[in-house]
Amino acid sequence: MSGFLGYRRPDGSVGVRNHVLLLPTIVCATQVAHNAAQMVPGVRYVGHPHGCAQIGDDWAQTMRTFIGYGSSPNVYGAVVIGLGCEALSANICAEGIRKKTGKPVELVLIQDAGGTLRAVEEAARAAALMMQDAAELQREMCDTSELILATECGGSDGCSGISANPAVGWVSDRVIDDGGTVILAETTELIGAEHLLAERAASPRVRERIYEVIGRYEKAVLATGHDMRGGNPAPGNIAGGITTIEEKSLGCVYKAGTRPLQDVIDYADRPRTRGLVWMDTPGHDIDQLTGMVAGGAQIVAFTTGRGTPTGCAIAPVIKVASNSRIFERMRDNIDFNAGTVVDGTESVEAVGARLYAEMLRAASGRLTRSEVLGHHEFGVWRIGPTL
Amino acid sequence: MPDTLVQRLVDNVATALRDLAAGEAVDAGGRQVAVRGVIPFGHKLAIAAIAKGERILKYGQPIGRATADIAPGEHVHVHNVESERGRGDQAGGDPVP
Repeated sequence: MSGFLGYRRPDGSVGVRNHVLLLPTIVCATQVAHNAAQMVPGVRYVGHPHGCAQIGDDWAQTMRTFIGYGSSPNVYGAVVIGLGCEALSANICAEGIRKKTGKPVELVLIQDAGGTLRAVEEAARAAALMMQDAAELQREMCDTSELILATECGGSDGCSGISANPAVGWVSDRVIDDGGTVILAETTELIGAEHLLAERAASPRVRERIYEVIGRYEKAVLATGHDMRGGNPAPGNIAGGITTIEEKSLGCVYKAGTRPLQDVIDYADRPRTRGLVWMDTPGHDIDQLTGMVAGGAQIVAFTTGRGTPTGCAIAPVIKVASNSRIFERMRDNIDFNAGTVVDGTESVEAVGARLYAEMLRAASGRLTRSEVLGHHEFGVWRIGPTL
Repeated sequence: MPDTLVQRLVDNVATALRDLAAGEAVDAGGRQVAVRGVIPFGHKLAIAAIAKGERILKYGQPIGRATADIAPGEHVHVHNVESERGRGDQAGGDPVP
């Protein structure tokens, strides 16, 4: 199988899920989104503490994240909910999604609706109608070149760079050879490995950008006056055998496989090329995952050595264990065991091929553990002060 | 299952692929190393003598510097290795020797 069963969208993109999304652009609308979601089984919603008292680049990045998330190929349609007086206007967000994708978008403003109960009613009704329409859409055979695979590692250990990350790297190479796109992220966790990526830069400009984004991050760390060890690598990484950020990064970078690095893009931006792309994100699991999905990634390969349950409201997240112990201990949360490489019973290539097949199954509709257990984490990388 | 994994020939550490007990002799990339102290699964042990200030090499790349002399078979971790990156605690001070 070299393709998958996906949903074609009006803008030509292909989704691996067909969600209706309740999207509040402001913390003040989060409860309304939550309440409306209770009335429409199967609808997805996200909550967050952002959306007001934000300006400049921080405003733009948060808005880009909201619009990108609603524009995800995995979203059939979105109900955007605002209060009515916030900085991150729900109108701008709804219009942004509509213009970008042509998909169904409805707008609910709590102040216009006349309060919580009326806004919940409006949002729930809009979502309910969309759920009916969405259900009519059929999956069709799509080419793997339509995929944007997001890669991530969280709760890494001393085995991550031996088993799980190289296995994801094998899958990355394969997706790229199929004509698809792979996003590498977590800039913080590339400190100490940036020279290896620079050697693979597709152009001098990309090479420059690599050192630019790494330099900016490291400068921010230096400005704190603290050793970054303890924050990253985190206590769990250290307990798992990782000693320094360099060691963590050198294991992390295996996820990117071996193909040329085509571009370095901003957080929540859509890749401009196919092939391997580095998205500048923090190492924070939830913020980076949200950024990649807002950038158009339909599916996520997420490696872990210490075990983590987190998922995404609108995308399947395939959890890949770096060692068999954590796979057995947290089997409820982990989809796939790459620990067989450490056990000496399977090669990286064999595990990679197995993971590639697992990815296409998940893309075609098989639910991942985080989906079955309702892990719908959402986070935005804020880059400015709350006023 | 092998005892340890040495990722590149130039590396001076190996990764323990099981919990290693003090005193046992393990294979590390073809050489015998006597384990000094307990090395937990996924952690590193020195496979050569590493002098204080010398770089630790894993994946064929530097992952930090030794803050003490490390003997072959010894646990290599945060107690005897420091990072050379993201050292805000040293910013403005003297660079790492």
